[in-house]
Amino acid sequence: MSNEISEAQVRHVAKLSRLKLTDEQINLYTRQLGAILEYIKKLNELDTTGVEPMAHVAPLRNVLRDDIAGTGMGIDKVLQNAPDSDPPFFKVPRVLEDSSGA
Amino acid sequence: MSDLNYKVIIGLEIHVQLATQSKLFCACPNRFGDEPNSNVCPVCMGSPGTLPVMNKKAYEFAVRTAMAMNCEIARYTKWDRKSYYYPDLPKNYQISQYDLPLSQNGNIEITVAGEQKKIRIRRIHLEEDAGKLLHEGNVGFSQVDLNRTGTPLMEIVTEPDLSTPEEARVFGTELRTLVRTLGVSEANMQQGQMRLEPNINLVITKDGKQYKTPIAEVKNLGSLRALERACAYEIQRQLADWEKTGVTMETGFKSTRGWDEQTGTTVLQREKEEAEDYRYFPDPDLVPVVVEKDWLDAIRKSLPELPIARRARFQTQFCFSEKDATTLVEDRATADLFEQALSLGAPVKVLCNHFISFWAMHANQRGVSIAELGVSAPRMASLAKLVGDNKINNTTAAALAEKLLTCPDDPADIAQRENLMQVSDASSLEKILDEILIANAKAVEDARTPGKKQQKAFGFILGQVMQKTRGQANPQVVNQLLQKKLAEKN
Repeated sequence: MSNEISEAQVRHVAKLSRLKLTDEQINLYTRQLGAILEYIKKLNELDTTGVEPMAHVAPLRNVLRDDIAGTGMGIDKVLQNAPDSDPPFFKVPRVLEDSSGA
Repeated sequence: MSDLNYKVIIGLEIHVQLATQSKLFCACPNRFGDEPNSNVCPVCMGSPGTLPVMNKKAYEFAVRTAMAMNCEIARYTKWDRKSYYYPDLPKNYQISQYDLPLSQNGNIEITVAGEQKKIRIRRIHLEEDAGKLLHEGNVGFSQVDLNRTGTPLMEIVTEPDLSTPEEARVFGTELRTLVRTLGVSEANMQQGQMRLEPNINLVITKDGKQYKTPIAEVKNLGSLRALERACAYEIQRQLADWEKTGVTMETGFKSTRGWDEQTGTTVLQREKEEAEDYRYFPDPDLVPVVVEKDWLDAIRKSLPELPIARRARFQTQFCFSEKDATTLVEDRATADLFEQALSLGAPVKVLCNHFISFWAMHANQRGVSIAELGVSAPRMASLAKLVGDNKINNTTAAALAEKLLTCPDDPADIAQRENLMQVSDASSLEKILDEILIANAKAVEDARTPGKKQQKAFGFILGQVMQKTRGQANPQVVNQLLQKKLAEKN
């Protein structure tokens, strides 16, 4: 089997994605992800000299809308599918280390 | 310790909320202070099947800012997803720009202690803001308000060209003035519309050797004063830490710190061995933006006079001091108000004087700008004209100004009604003067006799006339009359 990706890398990616995986899962996913990467690697054989990098496959540009404000959908509807709420707020497990903020 | 000196290196990352009507990728209102979660739709919530559509105005606002900062505007930009795992942005990623930001390589000029300095801008890009998490008083849970989720945020990153806490503050002030002048943001810092994050470290030279301290980033500063204080604190802390531990950029880690307003210190939040791994990748939901020349030209044409040019003009054209010009131009509406009053015929010297004296004072006392005092340009012009035409003096003008804050009438009408008009009519002043001259024979004598008492006696008689007319006598007219009278009878 390939070694396109190591178990350590899978653990790292799992951590970044906030996933808790068992050792068996780590082992399984390392092999599966490795196989995918091996397959994709085929593309490296293509000669892309002189080919512009592409950011998007759709032949579309400048899909923009005018700055006109509508209204929200209403607090009742907004909270309707929330696992838990404390109207008008969503209620979530306490965020401990608050490093939020974009 | 004798042979130690250091250089401070500060770079800034600034987030500015754009004053659009709607959010960045959906039509929900972009408004502060509404009921929590009232401006939310499936796009804000990241519900499956929703698609973002870019707000054209937000894009133009960012380009306007970039142009004003002499940036290169990219002809082709795209959008990327940045992994993010907090419930205030429920998609689990933030739409941002990574390798193709909409502008790069600009600069703005700042003036610190009379010295001009160019600060380079590394990049300006657009991204979406996160919502708000509230923890206070809650046990075991947090509340989420998504009203701010998806609102347009402009990120401005400088090169590390700032070398003192003061320069950082001045840069922040300049930027705030600029975005307000451009009309792209109100930049109200109390409401979090402009947030500052300095990156600070020191290059220490000791006994001919150089040491770089690890870079510290201070998160989310909400005022220009906090920015200056946080930078000053970091300098002292990094110097002390290095003297104690000797840890440098090579042996230590980059850290993220928070600012504690109460204690005036920064507090360690995170220390990272490796660079943050956000796993950026192109957002397939948004297509690239290609900027045509016509569009750019139209935006460039719509740029107003920039603060730096306007400030220079206010100094040369209207004789404001650098400090007063800076204060006036800081608020575009106030500077506009001044020029409007001027165009309505207000004498420039008098108007300048009114702005820097009582209008500035009333604005300061109320914590608002002069434009927000609610006195219109025509009424300010009218007041300045009354002084210019010698119909009232400046003391009366100051008293009238105070009335204008609460009374909607024209100052000329109030002055007329309350009998505040200056008396310039020579015949009525002559009558009053004659009475005073008769009643003060000794002073008249002194005023006629050359000597040290002459000046004082002259002033005394003038004072008597002012008192009798409750300050409304035109001092120049009384002066001339008095000189004439003293000469006559000699």
